[in-house]
Amino acid sequence: MTQPGRFVSAPGLLFAALGLGALLAPFMTISANRIVEGQGVKVWSLAGAGETLVGIVAVTVGLALGVPRVWPRLRLGGAILGLAGLLWLLMQGAPALLDGAGEYARVSPAIGFWCLFTVLMLLMADALADLTPGPFARAGLLTAVLSALALVLWSGALADLSVLQEFASRKNGFLDAALRHLGLAFGSLAAAAVIGFPLGVLCHGRADLRGMTLPVLSFLQTIPSLAMFGLMIPIFSWVGETVPGAQAIGIAGIGFAPAFVALVLYSLLPVVGNTVAGLASAPPAAIEAARGMGMTPGQRLVRVELPLGLPIILTGVRIVLVQNIGLAVIAGLIGGGGFGTFVFQGLNQTATDLILLGALPTVVLALVAAIVMDILVDLVRPTPETTP
Amino acid sequence: MRIGTVLRPALVLLLLALVLRPAWFTPVFAPFAPQGGPVIYDRVSLLSLSLSHLGLVAAASAAATLIAVTLAILVTRPAGAAFRPLSRTITNMGQTFPPVAVLALAVPALGFGAGPTLVALFLYGLLPIFENAIAALSTLPPATMEAARGIGLNRWQRLVRVELPLALPVILTGIRLSVVIALGTATIGSTVAARTLGEVIIAGLLTNNTAYVLQGGLIVGLFAVLIYDALVQLEVRLARRIGAQSS
Repeated sequence: MTQPGRFVSAPGLLFAALGLGALLAPFMTISANRIVEGQGVKVWSLAGAGETLVGIVAVTVGLALGVPRVWPRLRLGGAILGLAGLLWLLMQGAPALLDGAGEYARVSPAIGFWCLFTVLMLLMADALADLTPGPFARAGLLTAVLSALALVLWSGALADLSVLQEFASRKNGFLDAALRHLGLAFGSLAAAAVIGFPLGVLCHGRADLRGMTLPVLSFLQTIPSLAMFGLMIPIFSWVGETVPGAQAIGIAGIGFAPAFVALVLYSLLPVVGNTVAGLASAPPAAIEAARGMGMTPGQRLVRVELPLGLPIILTGVRIVLVQNIGLAVIAGLIGGGGFGTFVFQGLNQTATDLILLGALPTVVLALVAAIVMDILVDLVRPTPETTP
Repeated sequence: MRIGTVLRPALVLLLLALVLRPAWFTPVFAPFAPQGGPVIYDRVSLLSLSLSHLGLVAAASAAATLIAVTLAILVTRPAGAAFRPLSRTITNMGQTFPPVAVLALAVPALGFGAGPTLVALFLYGLLPIFENAIAALSTLPPATMEAARGIGLNRWQRLVRVELPLALPVILTGIRLSVVIALGTATIGSTVAARTLGEVIIAGLLTNNTAYVLQGGLIVGLFAVLIYDALVQLEVRLARRIGAQSS
């Protein structure tokens, strides 16, 4: 391997090479309607020469700024410039390609765009890793990125893109799906916390209970999601038919209830496991000191073990949240609603943009949840200043 | 563990019976089938679905193991150190991508069938193995590494004879995580027309036949639990062997 030296970032070089390669791939596709396969359009034939050149230059300069290693801020700036260039190219390309292409024509970003997008996001992440921003800086940055995303979507600058046309034609359905998805993910997290947290505290005190509970929960976790959702169906249709009043509150073989319970079952292991691990993470000296001060086991739990274990417990919550946002997609298969409805409808109709309409928000939601939870975990971690 | 010695063979037998002699279970599943509808899934033999399901998982996991361990070795060498922070970011963020979304996103790029499923399983499978391999290779006991250097092993010999064997149990944990996720994702792969056991469940969902759903769910669930258990046993044994050698 060559030594890139002190001034050149090896990942930056890799990104520049990959990015320049991706510029040669089709940047957008245009198709006659939403089902048929599209035709790739290279980046230089998107729109007028002047408009495209601006975008290509922005992307190239952005990638080049990622190469020098010495100023991470400059690399971050390069990533942002490159992403702005991509956005500009989409904004110029979509209307230009649609012009005179027919009423049902659709344009979408193609492989070249997605590769460049990934490369520039990685460049941004790599530059950020060098800068090691604190939790507040990260929260600020996340807010800025999400606001920018919201602004771009709200302004309608990308409204010509196929996935957003798909969105426009089912705005209400999208809102319902979003609420249902969030309800499934956060609701099951809440239920799992209510069950799992006391169970974790109990397991912390009793090794025999711990030895029974954790293996059962980890076996539960290994059952493939589709099987788990499927196995809930006979149970819930039985409950719906036999328990009086159950159907009145919406309990039936398919729908929200079986999906919700399946998600709760999947959430129990991270909640219970991390609660046990968190409570056990208090250093013996701290426990000894608490005992010496005359604290009862209850006081010790609340004042010593819980605060010290909070980062690990919250990490469990992060795992659950990210996992459930993803698994809630499967609910779409058993009539549980959520973004999965779009994904599986799209797969049935081979409508790529409908798949994207379900998959992209899920990915964004999972990423945002992960970043927010990471920030929270950092905030509750005891720092050397506060615990000398 | 005493429960395990009884339960394990029983579950294996149950799984074999479910896959090879599905007709035996007609009375069990009959109450769940719709009136007069079929009880046992017989459009394709369950054995061929199982083999194709496990084949997909095995191929994807083997490829993912090979690539992930190679990358982890490169990144933990001095020459690859520049890529360390980046690889940490990729594994952290990559694992927040839901497996279903990766599968769904592979379809626009690769079309329907076993191809996108294989690619999705492979890509997603890389991350846990890569993460664990890096963790294992960068936390080896310094005394052991020093000793290996002291007895004159060169870099390659140190890697093959010392580092990799010591890292193996942790890498195996990564492989287990990856295989479990792959088994689950492959089940969903039947929605993109890959031939897997998910087909039985999906057929049941589409025709409102709970008997199919139950049958498919039981087989997939048993496979997952038994494979998981086998890999755990393997890890325990390996860790014990390494522990015995070093003490």
